[in-house]
Amino acid sequence: MSRDDDHTATDLSHLRGGETARNHDARTIAALTANPGCARRGVMDAAAVDKDAVARHLGFGAPFGQSQFAITRGNAFEAQVKADGCAELLALLRDRLGLEIPEVAYDDLESVGTESREVRHTRTRHLMARALESGAGTMFDHPLLRLDIAGQRAYLEPDVIAFQLGGRFHVVEVKSFAVVDGQAEPEQVAAAARQSAVYVLALRELVAGLGHDPERVSHEVFLVCPENFSNRPTATPVDVRPQLAVVRRQLARLTRAEDIARDMPDGLTFALDEGLSDTVRAVEARYAPECMSSCEMALFCRDEARACGATGTLGRSVRDELGGVDSVVTALDLARGVREPSEDMAETAEQLRVAARLRREALASAPAPAPPVQEALPAPAGVPARGAGVLERTA
Amino acid sequence: MSTLTALAQLEAIASGRAEPVATVRHCHLSETPLVMIPLKLAGEAAAPLATMLGTDRNEPTLMVVPQPRNRDLRFGYAAELAKAVVEHVEAERGATETLEPSKDGEERVRYERAPQIIVPNRGGVGFLRLLGRSTRFRSVEGPWAVDPAVPMLGRWLTWFADRNDRPGSSLLLALTETLRLHWATGQSSLEDGNLAALMGWIDPPEGLDGPSAAARAEDPVLCPPAGPATDPTFDNEVLAPAIAAFDESGGEPRAEERIRAAVASQLVPTWDLAWRALDMLRALPEGASVPKRWERDRDSFTYFHREFAESPPQAKLDDAVRAARRLHDLERSQESYEAQRAFDDPLVMAEQRLAGQAFGGVVTETEPERLDESGKRPKLRPYVRIRTEDPVRLDEGATVVNAARPGLKGKVVEIDGQDVLLELTGGMGRKLTAEPGVVPEPGQRVVFTSRTADSWGASKFPEREDTPWTHGGPPAEYEPADEDATEVWS
Ligand code: SF4
Repeated sequence: MSRDDDHTATDLSHLRGGETARNHDARTIAALTANPGCARRGVMDAAAVDKDAVARHLGFGAPFGQSQFAITRGNAFEAQVKADGCAELLALLRDRLGLEIPEVAYDDLESVGTESREVRHTRTRHLMARALESGAGTMFDHPLLRLDIAGQRAYLEPDVIAFQLGGRFHVVEVKSFAVVDGQAEPEQVAAAARQSAVYVLALRELVAGLGHDPERVSHEVFLVCPENFSNRPTATPVDVRPQLAVVRRQLARLTRAEDIARDMPDGLTFALDEGLSDTVRAVEARYAPECMSSCEMALFCRDEARACGATGTLGRSVRDELGGVDSVVTALDLARGVREPSEDMAETAEQLRVAARLRREALASAPAPAPPVQEALPAPAGVPARGAGVLERTA
Repeated sequence: MSTLTALAQLEAIASGRAEPVATVRHCHLSETPLVMIPLKLAGEAAAPLATMLGTDRNEPTLMVVPQPRNRDLRFGYAAELAKAVVEHVEAERGATETLEPSKDGEERVRYERAPQIIVPNRGGVGFLRLLGRSTRFRSVEGPWAVDPAVPMLGRWLTWFADRNDRPGSSLLLALTETLRLHWATGQSSLEDGNLAALMGWIDPPEGLDGPSAAARAEDPVLCPPAGPATDPTFDNEVLAPAIAAFDESGGEPRAEERIRAAVASQLVPTWDLAWRALDMLRALPEGASVPKRWERDRDSFTYFHREFAESPPQAKLDDAVRAARRLHDLERSQESYEAQRAFDDPLVMAEQRLAGQAFGGVVTETEPERLDESGKRPKLRPYVRIRTEDPVRLDEGATVVNAARPGLKGKVVEIDGQDVLLELTGGMGRKLTAEPGVVPEPGQRVVFTSRTADSWGASKFPEREDTPWTHGGPPAEYEPADEDATEVWS
């Protein structure tokens, strides 16, 4: 693919140090919203750095591989649904959802030859403009969309169909996870809804850019999945308003990449050379276990976070329990009462101290040879050590 | 999550080993559990690839579908698996106890034992549930007839999976969840979902500590995933070529053997791990209320087993009434399960103390013979004053019970700084003096809690129309539809 630096026009492209830019897709953008406070990710994404290559270069390649069985099945299902100008999909939308779809046109906007993304995007805009004005066209497969992320323009190549019905566009997304008795795995549905929301947003930008009401892109999307244990597709309407709100809010809050980049020491780049590790470490990260499923840098950042004893590696709920204390050592010191808490930590510290005492007491009174019983508490005089039976369990 | 568990996790990081969050075992463990490690084909909802199973760690059985997309091979596998599961169910029944007849004189019985299935993780439970769903409606006659064992498998697996939803049930256990109930590690719940990583913290191999054992566990070559999803690299580099060779050979035994060997290499490490995990759990003394909960499991089993021949397969979806009842039922059992665990285990009770719902301390003074003479007849109402360091958050007048002797009830009279004055109100016998040893004495350490375990009560077999789903599923009039029997399973 030809290098296309257009979307990093505000120019963080120098940060790539000459490496090839990586394209965004809705997955990476939806994932972006998973950790909007992470500066490291913000900068790398804004500069279109290939995070996967960076992680591998640092020795922390993410195991994001896919089984060929899954790929084959996914492709076969999609091909089946879209065969003959989406015949099966149309039948589904008509019969299952009772939509009245008059005559049908199908346009595939998939790239032809070496066409640049700008050209493809123009073609998408052109067709959409015509559809918006005349109502011509029904299904637009593989539209090439654009979205601004953290002040940077990104292209989206969604594997979806923009489907026009009664003057409104709907996003149709084909997924290969099964819907069994009307239910699918919640995480997969959630991920699909998040992605669709990104597409809706991008489509709305495009429609607004053409001078039309962005609401002509519906918040109702259709997920098309295999039904039960078969290859037969089923369509489910999903209202993505909640996801839209989240994505919009997170995108707006995204740490402004340019500001961060300005604070980076001069001359650092994400080129795959000896300086890479320094560059990466120069930008602050905010690791949480959710990164594992959403960011290619996760193994590196987890290692780094563990090495510096960050409580965030245990997950958000643990961090919350610790009242936001983000160092393991500090939290333990507070629990042991060997560190004076600052005023805002007084309450957390007290809670931790009580918890530590209760834990000690309970472990010492364990009814039987529980594993690592702490010997720390001296038994009251005259009572056999184990029989300390502090809680009188056998009374 | 609680501050106590969070603290245990911090301690685990500091010590490099898992730290206990329980002092007793909170689940029943059968002497001969059926350990099952299922694998499925990637990208499919419920296409079984293989299962390693058995009740003897030295004699695992390996069942493989050499071409998971082939319908006949798949149903052949389902029939084979069905026989193993049904055999286990029948073998684990034991004798039949006759219980006291119910109030309306109906005969009540309970099997002495019940079958138990152990899977490595939540995914294993989900897979068994789907496998149950995809097999229980199959027809045993007509053009798409399957082996009669297949729909039986479906109904049993559905029942096991349903029971797994119920807090405190031990009929189908996921090891990662069960272990996490007893130990806290220095990693997040995400990493704990990997049985090998979790066990690495709890029982690291010689020469390794928790973190290094867990790191090793994340290498799929050294520690293949515990399923049901397989390692994509294994799929692409080993399994796919082996299946292709099988197809090309037209199903030759040698080609099948190659697939079996490949799959076995993925399963054996988890098989060993699962048994080691059971060893770890077995080493813990059983919690006092575990037998009571297992009794409920046995009731459910007895009922489902006895009604099996007469009943249709469980419905696909609960209707509204049943769903509401189910939810209510689950909530109730969650509450009483939590309360029971706290009574069984001081470390769980510590959660209530930290939350201020319970408190523990030393008895400083007592009036064991105090009588309340305000009413017509005097009542025994001893006073007990307890000094505690706990952050008590109880109102005056709150009812509490003794943690070690839940029959002993009391009422908070006043809380004055670290002193709590209790009036004991019940559980001391019928006389005007308490039975000896019941009223705590000065110097004694006691714990009182405001959260009581409501009794699970003796079970009654409900009317057919009233059958709760927990007892083997609804008697909803299920009409076997052709569509179900022929449902594509591709
Ligand atoms: S993995 Fe690292 S770079 Fe990616 S979002 Fe998490 S903390 Fe940020």
